[in-house]
Amino acid sequence: MKALREFVDKQKPHFEKGGRFEKLHSTFEAFETFLFVPNTVTHSGAHIRDAIDMKRTMIIVVLALIPPLLFGIWNVGYQHFLSNGMAPDFWPMVGFGLLKVLPVIVVSYVTGLAIEFAFAQSRGHEVNEGFLVSGMLIPLVMPPDVPLWMVAVATAFAVVIGKEVFGGTGMNILNPALTARAFLFFAYPSEMSGDRVWIAEKADAYSGATPLGHLLVLDADKLPSDWSMFLGTIPGSIGETSTIAILLGAIVLIATGIGSFRIMASVVAGGLVMGLLFNLWGANAYMDIPAYQHLIMGGFAFGTVYMATDPVSASQTNRGKLYYGFLIGFIAVLIRVFNPAYPEGMMLAILLMNVFAPLIDHYVLQSNIKKRLKRAKAVTA
Amino acid sequence: MKVDMSTVTKIKKGLDIKLIGEAEKTIKDLVTDQFAIKPTDFIGVFPKMLVKEGDLVKAGTPLFKDKYRDNIVFTSQVSGRIKEIKRGAKRVLLEIKIEADGKDEAIDFKAEDPKTLDREKVIKKLLDSGVWPFIRQRPYSVIANPADKPKAIFISTFDTAPLAPDYDLIVHGHGEDFQAGIDALGKLTEGKIHLNIDANATHSKVFTNSKGVQINQFSGPHPAGNVGVQINKIDPLNKGEVIWYLYPQDVLAIGRLFLSGKFDATRVIALTGSEVLRPAYYKTKIGAAIEPLTKGNVSATEKRIISGNVLTGTKIDLDSYLGFYPSQVTVIPEGNYYELFGWALPGFDKFSVSRSFPSFLFKNKKYRLDTNYHGGERAFVMTGEFEKVFPFDIYPMQLIKAIMVEDIDLMENLGIYEVDEEDFALCEVIDTSKTNIQEIVRKGLDLMRKEMS
Repeated sequence: MKALREFVDKQKPHFEKGGRFEKLHSTFEAFETFLFVPNTVTHSGAHIRDAIDMKRTMIIVVLALIPPLLFGIWNVGYQHFLSNGMAPDFWPMVGFGLLKVLPVIVVSYVTGLAIEFAFAQSRGHEVNEGFLVSGMLIPLVMPPDVPLWMVAVATAFAVVIGKEVFGGTGMNILNPALTARAFLFFAYPSEMSGDRVWIAEKADAYSGATPLGHLLVLDADKLPSDWSMFLGTIPGSIGETSTIAILLGAIVLIATGIGSFRIMASVVAGGLVMGLLFNLWGANAYMDIPAYQHLIMGGFAFGTVYMATDPVSASQTNRGKLYYGFLIGFIAVLIRVFNPAYPEGMMLAILLMNVFAPLIDHYVLQSNIKKRLKRAKAVTA
Repeated sequence: MKVDMSTVTKIKKGLDIKLIGEAEKTIKDLVTDQFAIKPTDFIGVFPKMLVKEGDLVKAGTPLFKDKYRDNIVFTSQVSGRIKEIKRGAKRVLLEIKIEADGKDEAIDFKAEDPKTLDREKVIKKLLDSGVWPFIRQRPYSVIANPADKPKAIFISTFDTAPLAPDYDLIVHGHGEDFQAGIDALGKLTEGKIHLNIDANATHSKVFTNSKGVQINQFSGPHPAGNVGVQINKIDPLNKGEVIWYLYPQDVLAIGRLFLSGKFDATRVIALTGSEVLRPAYYKTKIGAAIEPLTKGNVSATEKRIISGNVLTGTKIDLDSYLGFYPSQVTVIPEGNYYELFGWALPGFDKFSVSRSFPSFLFKNKKYRLDTNYHGGERAFVMTGEFEKVFPFDIYPMQLIKAIMVEDIDLMENLGIYEVDEEDFALCEVIDTSKTNIQEIVRKGLDLMRKEMS
């Protein structure tokens, strides 16, 4: 460790003002702080500080993404061989999945981090860690066969338009990973929807429809069993299919307190309430499916645990989070059942509520402000 | 007044940070002849010097006054000679150093029973003697304005900050001084004097037998002992209102002024922290040099000496002096080291409120914490963290942001008059983004004070 520290200290002057590589200061700093927690000390105020920092926070979210990632890698292989009528062993499936998934991850990280580093440098900021999470979320919401150039374009769009134009990490309005997903969805609809894209190198004869795809055409009979939807052995985006893997991630996020339990619980509540309302109405087969099935199909679980809980784009007040989450679940199911063009409602529901989150907070704050004014009035009266 | 034992205000949100180095409950005498008054201890005061180097002073001799409120004077705490007037960058007045002559001469302001005096006389005595600066006000936490009529006076008799001094011990045997102080304060407000005690820990008769006060009981973690929290729960501040506040040793100084006629700056200090070899209480005077306090009594590591506690205290040098207000000195290790992959390792010995380190499993562990930031400063990302340690009906993050953009109306609407920088200290400790929140809150308070004057 000491030798490494000495090496870093030796290189440091080159990257500081007046050094040869002054232009790469942010990059150097990013790598330095990746290796070493810096030696900066407090000077006033609270002299002691909590051990948590942004790196720790983000790495925990990445950890929480590991279960759906691993399951996704296996499932990409499993679905591929299943569609081709083959049933190989575990490892060939994982191998095939790795070949499909790893390049998407690499492209997402390389594109996103390159842009982040460039912006940090031009602004003279430190590199923010937010993309460590976004860079993993983006691959997990992609269909397995997505062309790599699309991943690159979508990531660039999400980072630049979704985040940096607003001022970077912490300032964005929309969830960057969902911005990437939405960009592809609207820019290249044929690559991002329909029955073809959910299984990598699918045999043509095999139906690749997702549960939502079946329901879109009111084929409730063709739905896979609850168990396979819960387990995730169904076609879908890379990381979204397995509710159980996502639940493992949710446990990590809730146990560490990094993901908002408030938001997760209220999204689930919102989805269930809308599902039950549809049950009461019961105008078609889609409305009649049990409300809980909405939770284990499509991107509902993934969106609930990893996307809706993004603290930057969500409501920031504790009370606001309840409304925000509930409306996401509610609207997601509403879009699913009512909108003939988009089988999945989760992405749009979250993006919509991202836009409304500041408004929700505004009203929560107003009620606090009113209370204060009323108290002051009571005194003067 | 009587103690209503049935109503205890329970503070639920907050955090007790457990540190190594609690002071042993014995009071030793600290002998020194080096003292100083630091004008920087007084928020918003622009000092105008009244003495020069070499002048002889007695306890109670005016040293400087506030340029903008010139009836507020600051007096010498000892008799002796002005040794040095130390200035810093831009000629900011840093320290007025006084070498005590050991004669203990003091100006006689006349011993009088405060109950026989009217408000004007009480105020004049406090102002002339230099005792007035002990009385501070909310909002803004500046020295009280004698022209104001506060709606109440708050005295917190317990401190919940890490390694805080035990006021029960400090006031023991000084019941008469304390009551005289309360009697004097009683002349200053038409409202109540709120004497706030810890429902579980305060047992001193000095507090519980006080007359002319309303005793309120509080329980719960830090910041339950902060007057800001107590005001918020008992009699919240509205725009335009003023509350005055003091701590027990300030009341004792007022009491001694009326009983003896002298400015007696005696103060008991808790010397605490992991780097102190024998943490204990020391009886000295305000502004005493800290060198005799620390000499041979601190570890050999690189240290941070804090006048006050680790949450809100002021960093001072080894050759510096005690501050005017704190009853505590804390010594902890400096944290200027690099840590390989510190953010990624499990970190069993790390202190964190978040459950992202395993230490949350060991609730009663006492820590030896240093001054390292444990990360770089970032934009605000996480939400809902501050609310866990901030027991006000105020949205902390939103108020901080309003201050950062200097939105006066929003700051006012979100309750800036009700808070002080110390109320945000825990938010600052746990902040993932490593923002210096107390500095921001101070800026906001200064800005509001300027706008409102």
